[in-house]
Amino acid sequence: MAHLPDGVLSAPVLIGGGVIAAGVLTIALRQLDDQRLPPAAVFAAAFFVSSLITIPIGPSSAHLLLNGLMGLLLGWTAIPALFVALLLQTAFFGYGGVLALGVNTVNMAVPALLCAGVLTPWLRRVAPHRVFWVGASAGMMGVMLTGGLVALSLILSNAAFRPAAGLVLLSYLPLALVEAVMTGTVLAFLQRVAPELLESSQPPDLKSPQPPFFKGGL
Amino acid sequence: MKQLTSLFAAQASWISAHDPRLRLSAAAVFALVTVNLTHFVTLSAAAIIAAGLLVSSASRTQWRNLLALESILLILLITLPLTVPNGLALAVTIWLKANAVGVMVLALVGSLEPMQFGHALARLGVPSQLVQLLVLTIRQIYLLDQEFIRLRQAMRARAFVPRSNRHTWRSYGWLVGMLLVRSLSRSQRLLAAMRLRGFHGRLYVLDSGQWQRHDTALALGLMLLFSGLLATDWWLR
Repeated sequence: MAHLPDGVLSAPVLIGGGVIAAGVLTIALRQLDDQRLPPAAVFAAAFFVSSLITIPIGPSSAHLLLNGLMGLLLGWTAIPALFVALLLQTAFFGYGGVLALGVNTVNMAVPALLCAGVLTPWLRRVAPHRVFWVGASAGMMGVMLTGGLVALSLILSNAAFRPAAGLVLLSYLPLALVEAVMTGTVLAFLQRVAPELLESSQPPDLKSPQPPFFKGGL
Repeated sequence: MKQLTSLFAAQASWISAHDPRLRLSAAAVFALVTVNLTHFVTLSAAAIIAAGLLVSSASRTQWRNLLALESILLILLITLPLTVPNGLALAVTIWLKANAVGVMVLALVGSLEPMQFGHALARLGVPSQLVQLLVLTIRQIYLLDQEFIRLRQAMRARAFVPRSNRHTWRSYGWLVGMLLVRSLSRSQRLLAAMRLRGFHGRLYVLDSGQWQRHDTALALGLMLLFSGLLATDWWLR
């Protein structure tokens, strides 16, 4: 749903999206040193696989975007992870256009960063039994911001898309509700099972210079 | 979910004999050419060329991938004829462009092995870190997909049927959560294993495909075709 095909967007939007995506990716990759790269790949793959689950919603079904949750759990690492997923989906599944890759990246990545920025402080001080609501907000924010950005890139491309943009935004609403329930559940689950995943916006072992496998986790 | 590995699976055909770099660049150039076409005739020609390539090169499963594209286009284009004067023409133009590019990408790039794709990107000058992440992610997708199938089987063994209710969403939430928990320990093992083998942030591109004479021939042919499309479009304008 978040993958705009080629031929829809105008040149200024495509170029603008490409430039912003390249900038954000460069910043994110600079922080991704060789210690953080393999774990980032594992989490990118985990989110990729999770987004393939078909969730029944009423008579139809949908796939999760998970960009809010990714932002919350991975921080800046979410950007290259999202980009890699989009690249694979474009190349092998035919989702989204080649030239629109930059815009599609921005539409997914910027909400992830916003979720990380806004919700991480809340996650730090929230009572354990309220963690669900942080996750639910991340799901809701991620999907609705992405929907808003998709609609915005349509309207900026061609005024004729105004009604279509409204329709797109409307079609994101049920997904946002389901995704909110799901990401809330995921976060509450992680809080009970693996709270170390929530302690920092990057999984903690990615940050420590001495990875914890020396301490006998292996 | 089950089809994930088969979706990635490249099939042997005449196109797999050609250099991945050529196929990637050709797909990108084709996209650039197609979005700049304005006339129905040339647009249809572009779509037919793309469809011909996909028919002659790819497996039947590739076509199913277009369904996602069509559903997005449906939402985007359904309002155009109703709200804008001359909207039908605009809708048809966009539909042709999106499909031509989508089909061409599936034909030229979708038929690559994922690892070939990563190596071709590296040899085309994409930053090494990004390619490393891509290549590692592809491998991990295979592994986590198997993990995922195991978890799903465990759910099915307990008579879980997905429906549109709170129970389903919560169960799926736990499923995703469990996948993430397992990923955490997997990432620690992976980092340890890679450091043990001397990983220090470099990717060695072992794929050393040579540019062949028939690649040059195909490149020239495609260039002729693409410039022919642009010239005809210009002439018809």
